[in-house]
Amino acid sequence: MLDPITRFRERFWKTMVKFDQRSAKRIYIEFRPIDVPEAVRYLTSTLRARFVIMSGVDIPEGIELLYHLSFDGFGKIVTLRTRVNKDSPQIESIAPIIEAASWIEREIAELLGVEFIGHPHPGRLLLAEDWLEGCYPLRSERHKP
Amino acid sequence: MSITLKALQKSPWVFHLNTGACNNCDIEILNCLTPKFDLERFGVKLVGSIRHADCLLVTGPVTRKAAPRLKTLYEQAPRPCLVVACGTCAISGGIFKDGYNICGPVDKIVPVDAYIPGCPPKPEAYILGIVKLLEKLGQ
Amino acid sequence: MAKTIIPIGPYHPLQEEAEFFQLHVEGEKVVGIDVSIGYNHRGIEKISESLTFDQVPYLVERVCGICSTSHPLAYVQAVEEIGGIQVPERALYLRTIIAEMERLHSHLLWAGLAGHFLGYNTVWMWAWKYREPVLDVLEAVTGNRQNYAFMKVGGIRRDFEKEDIFRIDQILDELKPKIDLLTGAVMDDPVLHARVKGVGILKPEDAYSFGAVGPTARASGIKIDVRRDEPYAAYDRVEWDVITDPAGDVFARVKVRLLELYESVKIIRQCLRDLPGGEISARVKEIPPGEGIGRVEAPRGECFHYVCSDGTNRPVRHKIRAPSYVNVPTCQVTVPGETISDATIILASVDPCYSCTERMQVVDKEKGTTLSGKDLVRLSQEKTALLIKGGHR
Repeated sequence: MLDPITRFRERFWKTMVKFDQRSAKRIYIEFRPIDVPEAVRYLTSTLRARFVIMSGVDIPEGIELLYHLSFDGFGKIVTLRTRVNKDSPQIESIAPIIEAASWIEREIAELLGVEFIGHPHPGRLLLAEDWLEGCYPLRSERHKP
Repeated sequence: MSITLKALQKSPWVFHLNTGACNNCDIEILNCLTPKFDLERFGVKLVGSIRHADCLLVTGPVTRKAAPRLKTLYEQAPRPCLVVACGTCAISGGIFKDGYNICGPVDKIVPVDAYIPGCPPKPEAYILGIVKLLEKLGQ
Repeated sequence: MAKTIIPIGPYHPLQEEAEFFQLHVEGEKVVGIDVSIGYNHRGIEKISESLTFDQVPYLVERVCGICSTSHPLAYVQAVEEIGGIQVPERALYLRTIIAEMERLHSHLLWAGLAGHFLGYNTVWMWAWKYREPVLDVLEAVTGNRQNYAFMKVGGIRRDFEKEDIFRIDQILDELKPKIDLLTGAVMDDPVLHARVKGVGILKPEDAYSFGAVGPTARASGIKIDVRRDEPYAAYDRVEWDVITDPAGDVFARVKVRLLELYESVKIIRQCLRDLPGGEISARVKEIPPGEGIGRVEAPRGECFHYVCSDGTNRPVRHKIRAPSYVNVPTCQVTVPGETISDATIILASVDPCYSCTERMQVVDKEKGTTLSGKDLVRLSQEKTALLIKGGHR
């Protein structure tokens, strides 16, 4: 069987912004936000990668979203990287594709203020009911309520 | 001494509340009830409802979502209700004190009668704390 | 039939991530479940950004008290990946020993609680009694019963003495027959079989889509284990097996955990035998800009840490994913269709650090009756008692 990373590369070489293999076990691939759901769908349903977690980082150029997926049989972690605009951060939700992303998308929505379009059950996950709207603790210009 | 106090001294029933602790303090509380330490020989019994309890053991640095619940529980408790802050987080906020979601420590929310320090407090520390509390009640 | 909503929680007395469950029931049968979390949200990821690389291990070992080796280990591995730091052999072996000791005490703790929820309080008391010597020896070698402060970037903090090795060996000798006893009791008990076999089945397809990890996934026949898939510490230098079971029910989860105890004993023995000498820590200079991922198989499953550095002495971003975060949502498929008395053990069977039963509450809106967590445990225990009377024995 062909290495899943090679298969993924062959399929998505057109839409990929950057391919960066740091080591045998760690691969970072950059995409535009619009292409992410398709890539996740291919990774999870065709290549059977396990969705591990997402993380969001507030960087000066915007908000960076990282999708970590694991090929357990190969011991590899693939990280899809994309960047959304800080003024109106929006990206299509991947929770309809893979159930495991449901909680973490809600978490990122309230901690970093990224809107996930098409999330099946949006809403508060971690913060208190009376938490201030529009105050996102993981943003670097955070202000306490 | 009133009869309630005297009875309380013989057998304080405790209710335990985690307000955002990492679990260690809570496990050590349960550990106290297992054969090696056996707090039940002092009449201490873990109960499932605050309305049956004489003593509220609070662990954790009190998160924003937990604070109103801690207050409600304290109000629901039958009097006299002794509050014990267990572990560094409950006493001072510990390593989490600067977190954005922390309202604690416990004595900022409800009055506290005894502090059991440690991260986590050893079962021996719990036993000492409980015994001291009972002595204080006797005076 | 009218639907009733049963709130469970919000407090688990002993949870790393306190949760609030709402069971939707029709009569005795659960038809749906909602989960909400956040009662234990302390903002650790944000606090981590204000600490230096050397201080963070103390913070992350307080993410969860029971996994207080796994989180620092995953974190230091992530930082070592950024810095390209080579850890000395001896440190790798000692890390493995401590991590496996942690698995021993965590699985014993869980076995005891599972026994309690099923009405076998004896199992609770015994399992916790056997767990004590493990904690004692951990206290002797690391200085604390939990929160060992053992891991650091580049190695470990404390070396083992000769007598420590002897002491651990002795504890393992004593523990082995006790595990035999516990496993034997569980495997042969017809009441237990009747109670948990075929209950709370997690299909492999569901386990995959929820991203379940650790014993929860392995009990559904998915052979994943970070220790084998991406060996860290000294796991590639010792012989051991990944325990799986295709059944996917609560019994399979009990079985996988109990059999893993033997594997842990095996791993520790080999590490003690092969323990090399030498340094216990590498010299660490500055952490360069970059990003790293650390993965560790905690007792409950894969623990994932992502650390991003910009060349200063603090992490820019530190993402933590604890195993319960993906294991707990699986209750959305395992609990519906079962009875209320089985809900407690199913929720407990993923080992969400602890089950929430002590704070469960059943509210029947029509009758206006309230059942407390105690009543639910009682319901569960009564069912076991009924089975005993029913001639299963």
